[in-house]
Amino acid sequence: MGKRIGTEVSLGVAEAARLANVDVVSAYPITPQTHIVEELSEYVANGHLDAEFIPVESEHSAMSAAVGAGAAGARVYTATAAQGLALMHEILFIASSMRLPMVMTVANRALSGPISIWNDHSDIMAEKDIGWVQLFVENGQEALDLTLAAFAIGEDHRVLLPVAVNMDGFILSHMIEPMVVPDQEEADAFLPAYEPAMRLDPKNPVTMGPVGMPEVYTEAKVQCEQALLGSKPVVKEVLDRFADQFGRRYELVEKNGKENAKALFLTMGALGETCMTAVDGLIKDGEDVGQVRLRLWRPFPEEEFLEACRGAERIIVIDRALSPGCINGPLAVDIKSLFYGRDDAPEIVNVIAGLGGRDVTTEDFREIYARASGGELDGGYTVWGVKSYA
Amino acid sequence: MHKEIQFPGFKKITAKNMPWDKVVASGHRACQGCGEILAMGMVMKAVGRDAIVANATGCMEIVTSPYPQSAWECPWIHVAFENTGAVASGIEAGLKALHRKGRVQGEMPSVIAFGGDGATADIGLQSLSGALERGHNFVYVCLDNEAYMNTGIQRSSSTPWGASTTTSPAGSKSKGQRTFKKNMPAIAAAHDIPYVATASPAFHLDLMNKVRKAVSVEGPAYLHIYSPCPTGWRCKPEQSIEVAKLAVTSKVFPLYEVIGGEWHLKKTAKPKPVEEYLKTQRRFRHLTPDDIAIIQEHVDWEYARLERLAAMTDSVEDEE
Ligand SMILES: Cc1ncc(C[n+]2csc(CCOP(=O)(O)OP(=O)(O)O)c2C)c(N)n1
Ligand code: SF4
Repeated sequence: MGKRIGTEVSLGVAEAARLANVDVVSAYPITPQTHIVEELSEYVANGHLDAEFIPVESEHSAMSAAVGAGAAGARVYTATAAQGLALMHEILFIASSMRLPMVMTVANRALSGPISIWNDHSDIMAEKDIGWVQLFVENGQEALDLTLAAFAIGEDHRVLLPVAVNMDGFILSHMIEPMVVPDQEEADAFLPAYEPAMRLDPKNPVTMGPVGMPEVYTEAKVQCEQALLGSKPVVKEVLDRFADQFGRRYELVEKNGKENAKALFLTMGALGETCMTAVDGLIKDGEDVGQVRLRLWRPFPEEEFLEACRGAERIIVIDRALSPGCINGPLAVDIKSLFYGRDDAPEIVNVIAGLGGRDVTTEDFREIYARASGGELDGGYTVWGVKSYA
Repeated sequence: MHKEIQFPGFKKITAKNMPWDKVVASGHRACQGCGEILAMGMVMKAVGRDAIVANATGCMEIVTSPYPQSAWECPWIHVAFENTGAVASGIEAGLKALHRKGRVQGEMPSVIAFGGDGATADIGLQSLSGALERGHNFVYVCLDNEAYMNTGIQRSSSTPWGASTTTSPAGSKSKGQRTFKKNMPAIAAAHDIPYVATASPAFHLDLMNKVRKAVSVEGPAYLHIYSPCPTGWRCKPEQSIEVAKLAVTSKVFPLYEVIGGEWHLKKTAKPKPVEEYLKTQRRFRHLTPDDIAIIQEHVDWEYARLERLAAMTDSVEDEE
């Protein structure tokens, strides 16, 4: 039986990687990811985890070493944020195109400049097309559970892709929360030893990462896309298996608030909990409102999302990243294109909130709701709470 | 402190016991007379098949791996341009963990990384330095053709002074490359790794034995191999070995080893003038006698420094 402890969420994530019995951790420090990899290096130093810890000289090398280790057949973990993720950018595409499963926690943080160590989603939104399975977690338990599940998802031979677990920096990573930590036998039963489909082995030589001429490049890309699209049922399966074993159920898309509500908030990540509190309050006030939370971001769970939104007349999409020069925030762009041409398309309101660690409170949600209901926020997007220094 | 370096299991290659087996198959797409592919073939002949190769983006990656073909008869991976040191680190660490945990049995294969001079001395220097400093057990081979050839003969920090390239062209206001060649082997040696050596495909036994030493030593080893590129240097393909030989005999590219911090130099008894070397390649054809004198002076100065380094560690050897 697992035990319930109170600990920092970052340490819970490190514990999940330890339970996964990873072979290699390669990482470079960046706030707010540091506690995770510090904890893992302690585990290795104290013999609590039998792994190679590679203290690389940059995030570019962290991801490159992860690719190398994964290609050698090892189970690999890394974690990063913001500038670190941006520095990995080039290699993120290569990891997925080589179909190398690995797990990376992204402690989401705003991108420079100005330099900001605080939370938003601008780092990962710049990486939404990397071909990785991407999850967003909302609380500590979920961060721990989905980190463990991420290995099972990525390593499934029907998937064979890297998985990013997005966890809001500070507002989640540095919280102390109660978490149920599975014991090693339970973790082992859930996550068997990694069986690579292919590895660098002199007894059976393979060539990885060759040149793709125009006659093969498109097909290679489409195959990766198919693997990503095909991962959705596997994600579901793994999460079902997780629920059966541990009793904690996670859906790709979750809904709360009023049944068949007319207005829905859409959130990803830890802001969902604040939103939920606000929605509860609004419902008490007699409002017809609900909330949809997206847990799986890539591949986009189209059917599940449409199902969750059925009957809604307005969706208020909360983005935590600005996409300068675009028509909407990155999440809203997806949602609008999903509804385009559908008879049941609701009105879509897009609010960009919480950039660079700006607090988003239940009051903010109430005000957003009021202004959206009053038709004040239609068309384009609104960057929430911009101060005027004039 | 004197560091005793061991080469356990080192088996010397001679003309008699030269391995027949090729690991880089013929039928690759390198240009005729390419020094890099020759050197690469020799390196892998000396290493054998029980190896895993990580290759940086560049000529060698392109010419050996156009899918669905591959010239590689051992496991090979290409990830990107600037990260071969890190990729090799990951492979080595992964293998180590898997072997320790008993999930993979048998001997650890050798891990070999290949990069051009651009991938090594410029964009990949950081990841190489990181890998050397962390002490991974692997061999890094720089195939130095003194420019970025894969993208069309642009200058690198390893391009010699006066060479005309497509981004350091000779012109009415320019002699070509304005800086002297970055001393990459010395940079590698400054990491205090057990083994650093320079080699040339024109001295194939020497090259292959250095490779054997590099793979047998525990910890990182660095080989800097001079690799003529007839296409970029504008010399005749059939002369590239001759050019490589002249580079050594004119002291332009001296052959030496740095073993545990000791510099071992094979002295050239009667060095040829650099002019003889320079005139074999059209990348130098714009140079005037005064320019050539500048180069000669620089070559002599660098060679004298090498001799001092070798003398400091009592390891100057006369030419055999
Ligand atoms: C980040 C990045 N920048 C630039 C390139 C383009 N590029 C590919 S190979 C190459 C030059 C390789 O030169 P070198 O390492 O000297 O090897 P050579 O081709 O001469 O063997 C360049 C600039 C790239 N692939 N990646
Ligand atoms: S361009 Fe030069 S280095 Fe590249 S394959 Fe041709 S000869 Fe070799």
